[in-house]
Amino acid sequence: MTVTEAAPEAVKRAGTSVEFRGLRRSFGEVAALDGLDLAIAPGELVALLGPSGCGKTTALRVLAGLEQVDAGEVLVDGGDVTGVPANKRDMGMVFQSYSLFPNLAVRDNVAFGLRLRGVAAATRRRRAQELLELVGLDSHGHRYPHQLSGGQQQRVALARALAIEPRVLLLDEPLSALDAQVRTQLRDEIRRLQLRVGITTLFVTHDQEEALSIADRVGVMRSGRLEQCDTPAELYQRPATAFVAEFVGTMNHVPGVVAGQEVVVAGHRLTLAEPAGARDGQLVKVLLRPESVTLTAEADGQALVSDRSFRGAVTRVTATLPDGTTLLADLPSVTAADLQPGAQAAVRFAPQPVLLAEGE
Amino acid sequence: MSTQRRRAARWPVIVLVVAGLYFLLPMVASLEFSLRDVHNTHSFAAWGRLLSYPGLLDTLFTSLWVAFGTVALTLLLMVPTVSWVHLRRPKLKRFVEGISLLPLVIPPIVLVNGVLVVFQDAPEIVNGTPLILVFEYVILALPFTYRTLDAGLSAIPLATLVEAARGLGASWPVVLLRVVLPNIRTAVLGAALLNLALVMGEYTLSSILLMQTFPVWMVSTGRTDAGVSVAVSLLSLLIVFVLLFLLSIVSGRRTRELRPFTPSAS
Ligand SMILES: Nc1ncnc2c1ncn2[C@@H]1O[C@H](COP(=O)(O)OP(=O)(O)OP(=O)(O)O)[C@@H](O)[C@H]1O
Ligand SMILES: [Mg+2]
Repeated sequence: MTVTEAAPEAVKRAGTSVEFRGLRRSFGEVAALDGLDLAIAPGELVALLGPSGCGKTTALRVLAGLEQVDAGEVLVDGGDVTGVPANKRDMGMVFQSYSLFPNLAVRDNVAFGLRLRGVAAATRRRRAQELLELVGLDSHGHRYPHQLSGGQQQRVALARALAIEPRVLLLDEPLSALDAQVRTQLRDEIRRLQLRVGITTLFVTHDQEEALSIADRVGVMRSGRLEQCDTPAELYQRPATAFVAEFVGTMNHVPGVVAGQEVVVAGHRLTLAEPAGARDGQLVKVLLRPESVTLTAEADGQALVSDRSFRGAVTRVTATLPDGTTLLADLPSVTAADLQPGAQAAVRFAPQPVLLAEGE
Repeated sequence: MSTQRRRAARWPVIVLVVAGLYFLLPMVASLEFSLRDVHNTHSFAAWGRLLSYPGLLDTLFTSLWVAFGTVALTLLLMVPTVSWVHLRRPKLKRFVEGISLLPLVIPPIVLVNGVLVVFQDAPEIVNGTPLILVFEYVILALPFTYRTLDAGLSAIPLATLVEAARGLGASWPVVLLRVVLPNIRTAVLGAALLNLALVMGEYTLSSILLMQTFPVWMVSTGRTDAGVSVAVSLLSLLIVFVLLFLLSIVSGRRTRELRPFTPSAS
């Protein structure tokens, strides 16, 4: 049987669209969701990314029907499902903690949803087997959850969620309990599977690398709202706000002085990406990616190299400016050879529009 | 060193033997006493007389159905209730536990009257037959039932399992029957055993209510004949043993079904 290439018909299905409109949900004083808007296209994998407590899990649980909203609506394929109970929503969910039914063998866990739908025993068994093959655990069907490793349990949970041919797949930090190696491996596997099955997926994580590497689009959340939702490349290269810029990737905070539509940083004039909310001459912190900083060894350069770490193609050089600011620069390893600790270096910046850090 | 270890290993055995004697000696002595006959001989005379007293089977049957009724009603009421508290009102745990302990401090006569007042307008079938005992015993067993189920539910990741099942399409009754119940089976069994043992040995309430249950019959029969009275208490012990044994066999079989393979290294 060749199940490795095309997905079995049983699990293939056209994608479903999802839309959040002005979702609000408070727990006492805390506004977990504060006017969340998000649209997910059919078959798309959107990752929700954000700091702890920003409402990612709440958003996902609202879509699953496990959490109520105070205001707003959830549309699935254009239909309002806001009042529909969880067991009528046809959502496949994988939880952060292990959630397999301990009393059921792996194959019965996978078949659980089918059994509730009155699928005949023989069909159920065949479908469970297909799904276990899909997640590479077809020889483990007779085992019990406690006999599986953490990664295997999450695979089974994924198979169980997919077995009911859900309209949307919901993943709430499914990898966070796993160790680094299994984590990246399973992450890539989830993405492959998702593309093969073509299922609309909402993936919640606070790990930016995870979000950027598997999502079609990444939604960055902040205190219950969506700050920006874009492709990983767009998010990284053209962050809409300073919050997004700082949350995704590494940023230098370099002091500068505002001058009209420009800012002067270490003697260089850089264009502001958005109108500065600051007066001319005001001291600000400019956000600069390590890869847009260039250092060249020069005896009268103003930066002092303090550290370097080799990362393959690039070397990350740490330097200090005269005012004490620490500057990270990612340089091609071939050009970074003479930037040893103690060396003086001249600083230049890529001529891209820059953002200013908030509240400084 | 090995003598030391051997000496240390002896302690559990000693404790076990002492405890065993503590429980077994009275039983052996009772058995011996129940077998005594005239002129220092032994016979089954007392046991024979016991079986000839009227009412043995009737009262035993009454107690058994009251016992099973109590187990059924207790589980029907308490499994959903305790699950609900765990899932939706975890802050109420302390409060509910407090309430569940009340039957331990309320005097039986008050309990009896309380239930009677509640059911005073109920049909004759409820408050004129041992059925009323089912309601009394459900309350009486509450402290044990609650704590046992509470412990069972605390031992599993209840919220996650329930939400997983809900997401897969399970209605609330299905969640209770297919997910919660199978995963707290040991606790449910424990609660059932406690209920059973309680009902099969409870005298005060049924005698106050003038119900002819097995313990009541035991006491009134025992009063007339010392040999029989001892035989009867042994019999009641035996019956409870057999019931507990049957229940644990049922659960034992299921447990073996649950864990048929040894954990793997992977
Ligand atoms: N059931 C609840 N009762 C009370 N407060 C809650 C509840 N669920 C969430 N909250 C609060 O709502 C806010 C958002 O929670 P949520 O779990 O959605 O965050 P998150 O983005 O998933 O965070 P994390 O990355 O830590 O998982 C938090 O401040 C949290 O304390
Ligand atoms: Mg969360």
